[in-house]
Amino acid sequence: MELLTPDFGTFFWMLVSFIIVLVILAKSGFPALVNMVNERKQYIDDSLKSAREANEKLSHIKEESESILVEARKEQARILKEAMDTRNKIVNEAKDKAKAEGGRLLEEARKQIQKEKDDAIRDIRKQVAELSVEVAEKVLRKQLSSEVEQNGMIERMLDEVSDSKK
Amino acid sequence: MRILRYLGLFLLVFALGFVPMHANGNEAAEGKGTVDVQEIVFGHIRDSYEWHLFSFQGKHVSIPLPVIVHSATTGWHAFSSSHLTHGGEYEGFYIATEGSYAGKVVEKDAQGNEVRPLDISITKTALSLMINSALLLIIMLGVARWYKNRKPSSEAPKGFVGFMEMFVMMIHDDVIVSCVGKDYKRFAPYLLTAFFFIFINNLMGLVPIFPGGGNVTGNIAITLFLALMTFLAVNIFGTKAYWKDIFWPEVPTWLKVPVPFMPVIELFGVFTKPFALTVRLFANIMAGHAIILSLVSIIFITASLGAVLSTSMTIISVLFSIFMSLLEILVAFIQAYVFTMLSAVFIGLARIHHEEHA
Repeated sequence: MELLTPDFGTFFWMLVSFIIVLVILAKSGFPALVNMVNERKQYIDDSLKSAREANEKLSHIKEESESILVEARKEQARILKEAMDTRNKIVNEAKDKAKAEGGRLLEEARKQIQKEKDDAIRDIRKQVAELSVEVAEKVLRKQLSSEVEQNGMIERMLDEVSDSKK
Repeated sequence: MRILRYLGLFLLVFALGFVPMHANGNEAAEGKGTVDVQEIVFGHIRDSYEWHLFSFQGKHVSIPLPVIVHSATTGWHAFSSSHLTHGGEYEGFYIATEGSYAGKVVEKDAQGNEVRPLDISITKTALSLMINSALLLIIMLGVARWYKNRKPSSEAPKGFVGFMEMFVMMIHDDVIVSCVGKDYKRFAPYLLTAFFFIFINNLMGLVPIFPGGGNVTGNIAITLFLALMTFLAVNIFGTKAYWKDIFWPEVPTWLKVPVPFMPVIELFGVFTKPFALTVRLFANIMAGHAIILSLVSIIFITASLGAVLSTSMTIISVLFSIFMSLLEILVAFIQAYVFTMLSAVFIGLARIHHEEHA
């Protein structure tokens, strides 16, 4: 029976020891471990989740980059074409302008030449007229050195005038 | 190779552990001609005021432990138990040899009757308890220290800390969380402490040399205290639904009124649960110690029966003792596990709510 009767002293020391152990372990023993394990679990879960998300994002990015590449190629082609067009246009415009300018210059030059020519012709005419008048004067002076001739002349002129009046 | 080495070490420890038995046996054999198996077994299982290490050539070598008593007439006394050995008397106290207080410190009152003073001596069980508690604290705080200054993102522990982490989490997740239910957090520290407390005391009880070998969890005061803790946890934190199930369970009305059969049975159950916890742990561990000691005693009983029988029985006895010791290691774990699991289940049952109950 002695084995089956709880001894007060043993019970007392058990109470003291167990309460001390319980308080210390409950305060700084188990919670540290259990919390750490749970936090680590949470961390691993989060890491897996973010890894999955990152993977998804990566595949998205790949798709996106491909589409961006395609678009970029299109854009490049378009820009090249536009540039070509613009170049052609500019060249053509420049050609046209140059042609027009050339034409204008040519025209002006021609006009100038014409004017010069006209002026020159007028001068020549004037000189020719003066010269012919002088020549005629000289000729007349020579021919009309005598009275007879002067009369003859007057006669002839008068005839002419009367002929022309008829 | 490593297993062989451990086995060798184990056998060595075993052999060393039973040196005192041998000496004891010889002495007994020389003195009375027979081995007092009952004395060997109960001498170990019973609590004592000194820690008997071994006997050598008829001399007992023991560690005297402090006796702390409070007498109703003379007040507090504290002295070494070495004063009380071999029937000695000190300050009016002596160890009773017969009667209901046999083996305990008693004194004589005015009428000359043997009376028991208030006895909080640090006995062998109490000292084992303290050593084991200190060991548990050292181990657990050592493990817990690893977690300081570490982040959840740091690597998981390896080696002993890793093993303890796995061990603690096994009890925490498989026993506590699954048995207690959603508010397990409040009870987890107690249940974990109870498990490791019982487990380390069971294991240390199996170590046959000095710091171990105390019969702690095989002492009914220890298991009674543990069961009382569970009893308090169950009944203090019991929900309304739990108390309703005790006093007004959902059974046909004639079972409750006019004679409250079911409430009485249920109320009885409230007290049988911790009682069962107390006795299960106590009986298992005590029986384990008793069986191992009895098996070892076979060697000394058969020593006088001739060389052949003695040798063969010794071999059988050693083999059986090894087997039993291994079995007891298993039992040490199983009993700690069962105690914790049942405590968790009882707490879980006391935490029911009506919506779950419907």
